[in-house]
Amino acid sequence: MAHPDTTLESRSRRNLLKVGSLALGGLVIGFSLPFPDRSFAEQVLSEGPEDQPMSNATALDAFIGIDRDGKVIFTVPKIEMGQGAQSGLAVMIAEELEIGLDQITLKEAPPNEAIYNDKLLNFQATGGSTSIRSNWEPLRQAGAAARLLLIQAAAQRWQVGADQLRAENGRVLGPNGQSFGYGELVDDASKLPVPENIPLKPAEQFKLIGKPTRRLDTPAKVNGTARFTIDLVVPGMKYASARACPVLGGTVRSVDDRAARKVPGVIDVIRLGDAVAVIGEHTWATFAGVRALEIEWDYGDNANIDSAQMEREIKEALDKPGALANEQGDIDKALKDAAKTFEAEYQMPFLAHAALEPMTCVAQVRPDAVELWVGTQVPVRAQTAAAEASGRPAEQIIVNNQLIGGAFGRRLEVDFIHQAVAIAAKVDYPIKLTWLREEDTTHDMYRPHYIDRFAAAMDAEGRLLGWRHTIAGASVLARFAPAAVPDSGLDGDAVEVAIHPIYAMQNLRVNYVPVPPKALRQSWWRGVGPLRGTYMLESFIDEVARSVDRDPVEYRMELLGSHPRAQAVLRLATEQAGWGEPLEAGHGRGIAVQEVFGSFLATVVELQVTEDKGIKLKRLVVAIDCGQVMNPVSVKSQIEGGTLFGLSAALFNEITVSKGRVEQSNFHDYRQLRISEAPPVETFIVESREAPGGVGEAGTAMIAPALVNALASANGTRIRRLPLARAGYYVI
Amino acid sequence: MLTLSINGADLEVDVPEDMPLLWVLRDVLALTGSKYGCGIAQCGACTVHLDGQAARSCVLPVGEVKGRKVVTIESIGNTDLGQQIQQAWLEDEVVQCGYCQCGQIMSAVALLEKNPQPDDQTIDQGMAGNLCRCCTYTRIRSAIKRVAQA
Repeated sequence: MAHPDTTLESRSRRNLLKVGSLALGGLVIGFSLPFPDRSFAEQVLSEGPEDQPMSNATALDAFIGIDRDGKVIFTVPKIEMGQGAQSGLAVMIAEELEIGLDQITLKEAPPNEAIYNDKLLNFQATGGSTSIRSNWEPLRQAGAAARLLLIQAAAQRWQVGADQLRAENGRVLGPNGQSFGYGELVDDASKLPVPENIPLKPAEQFKLIGKPTRRLDTPAKVNGTARFTIDLVVPGMKYASARACPVLGGTVRSVDDRAARKVPGVIDVIRLGDAVAVIGEHTWATFAGVRALEIEWDYGDNANIDSAQMEREIKEALDKPGALANEQGDIDKALKDAAKTFEAEYQMPFLAHAALEPMTCVAQVRPDAVELWVGTQVPVRAQTAAAEASGRPAEQIIVNNQLIGGAFGRRLEVDFIHQAVAIAAKVDYPIKLTWLREEDTTHDMYRPHYIDRFAAAMDAEGRLLGWRHTIAGASVLARFAPAAVPDSGLDGDAVEVAIHPIYAMQNLRVNYVPVPPKALRQSWWRGVGPLRGTYMLESFIDEVARSVDRDPVEYRMELLGSHPRAQAVLRLATEQAGWGEPLEAGHGRGIAVQEVFGSFLATVVELQVTEDKGIKLKRLVVAIDCGQVMNPVSVKSQIEGGTLFGLSAALFNEITVSKGRVEQSNFHDYRQLRISEAPPVETFIVESREAPGGVGEAGTAMIAPALVNALASANGTRIRRLPLARAGYYVI
Repeated sequence: MLTLSINGADLEVDVPEDMPLLWVLRDVLALTGSKYGCGIAQCGACTVHLDGQAARSCVLPVGEVKGRKVVTIESIGNTDLGQQIQQAWLEDEVVQCGYCQCGQIMSAVALLEKNPQPDDQTIDQGMAGNLCRCCTYTRIRSAIKRVAQA
């Protein structure tokens, strides 16, 4: 339990630091709550007393706790799902606190929007490649504040000026060789006021930031001891699986569960509105039980919808005005007067996330509380879903966040948590819900299908005068956060990258036409808006350049005059890839360059294509300027993995719908890139002291346009609709 | 009752013979390092060793395992090669989400036991049954080569 001792507010800092002590002795550092006119005690108490769910973090120990043994507990505001963010954030704390990474113990943050809201996303979430960007200043300040307090405490003990002391490796060192471990100083430090000024280390003094460091979560992941949601067992727990109506919006009419109940190990069959769940003594019994269910469905309104109709509706939307996103100059006049014009239309298909850990959630509904053990990107939304499903107030919902076995955006959604709690509410023991892979593929929340239409105007020399760009597809934001969408329907995510093209042009109009989703629930997928926009813009600018017989790199370079960081990565990637060097027949190189998630990237694909459409990927070269790097190994890993993740989808993936049902079900028909098809990814990082940019999704956003541009260069065929497999291409 | 040899120990389990080994390991014996990903031997997250060979435990009826030696990720570190592979996985910072990596490591050990000096093509063939959705393939290759060259 934390007790406030002192608070100090400095108007110069966005997040005001707080200091206090642990109940059993120790120092805690957190941020202030956002109501400066209310007393600190009021704000902490308004979250409920310490033994209540919401208050297992107060504002006080929100981020750092140091106990009398010198152990540092870092409550991480972001979840680990492979991106290495937790370790990157720990580097920030360790750097300023002058400790080794091995001295840090990570703790998952509970749901608490007052404390853990992401300042870029404005809600508590791990997504949008924000983890490092959002926390770069506040977490370093928290670490530095703790260090200054510990030094001050030592200065008082030794009766010397704090300026004669320094901190190193978890100890405060005095002028005459004396020293204290942090644990010896925490009680004194917790009684001191937060320092007025908290200077941050200049980059030249970084010991950890920007250096290769080992991730903290990996040792347990190579020996089988890491626990994901699917691995958890809580006392008294039973297992559960479920089958929901194959058509979205359908409901259960009747269930014949006689065969299911005969499966050895099956305990119970639970009927929900749109699904039937089987509870058993082990997962296998629940899977076999689900397969043995005979369910008659009322399929509802979506039962006759298929992909062709959905595509037609998106295409028709392109002829509507929709919402104006941006307008400069007079594009209609420019197109009318242009010496040359070029028009094209591009499509991206529906995609599933297909994370390797299917949807899983452990839930217990008991008289005093509802407790969840679940890997989630959105702890507060998880709490809200559990409250809705159980009819309990949010204060009674405890969320224990867990390591995630891949999410790629899927766990920004809480549908499976709602289902787990609905099942748990009908029994008096905890259940672990595990979806079959087939359920996961057919009941995902899919990346929308988008169609974009462009018309570009050029002068007689082929110089770009501007373009008209219309985007059509479902608005994820309108469902996810309706308040963030204005009356016009403009979805700020759907128009990212497109709304302010990186390329200089005097005339521009960008419109977005939302298409109300049918038959599929639609959501974010790794790369979100920037992935969408980058595929569209980088395909189109490439075609524009080729239409006027210009080299696609030179053409881009000329239009990037006001973006020197983009020019620099374009130069670096093309140099490293040998752009312009002669290629054999059937070989080609393609380029894409963009600013995404606050980082600048250029990706070059070199490939060979055979006459029967076999593609051999020769080289993937990525240059990235993501500002200040936390850990170059993590940046490279994310670029390598993110690039291949996007490549897999661009080559193979499309979710299709027939009679309202998703047609793909498992990895045999929703296939993914395998090691034998994966070329090495060569990553080059631009050294930079700019503020950090995002990297988790950046590589993914770049690869599809670079791939189709390379194919066009190799065989003259322009693929305007992903995936390549749809046009008969395969990997050799 | 079935008697199984798991990680060098004889263990008795009371389960139906058609229950896949994966679920016996995970839900009966609490060995959760082997993961469920697809249930149809497409992803390799459930890979264990059966008499020294890589096997997909999600499609392996436990009744067929009687009298055969099963080794899982939980004990693979007891062998020199297993330990070297795990260490190489850390040195090369292979892991991202980590969900598939136990299966990857089991396949890598089986590959290197059969072929201590694999070239790229042999690595690709030996590891093609293991999906990694984080696509850590570049580093899986380099970690295997690190052990092969050691």
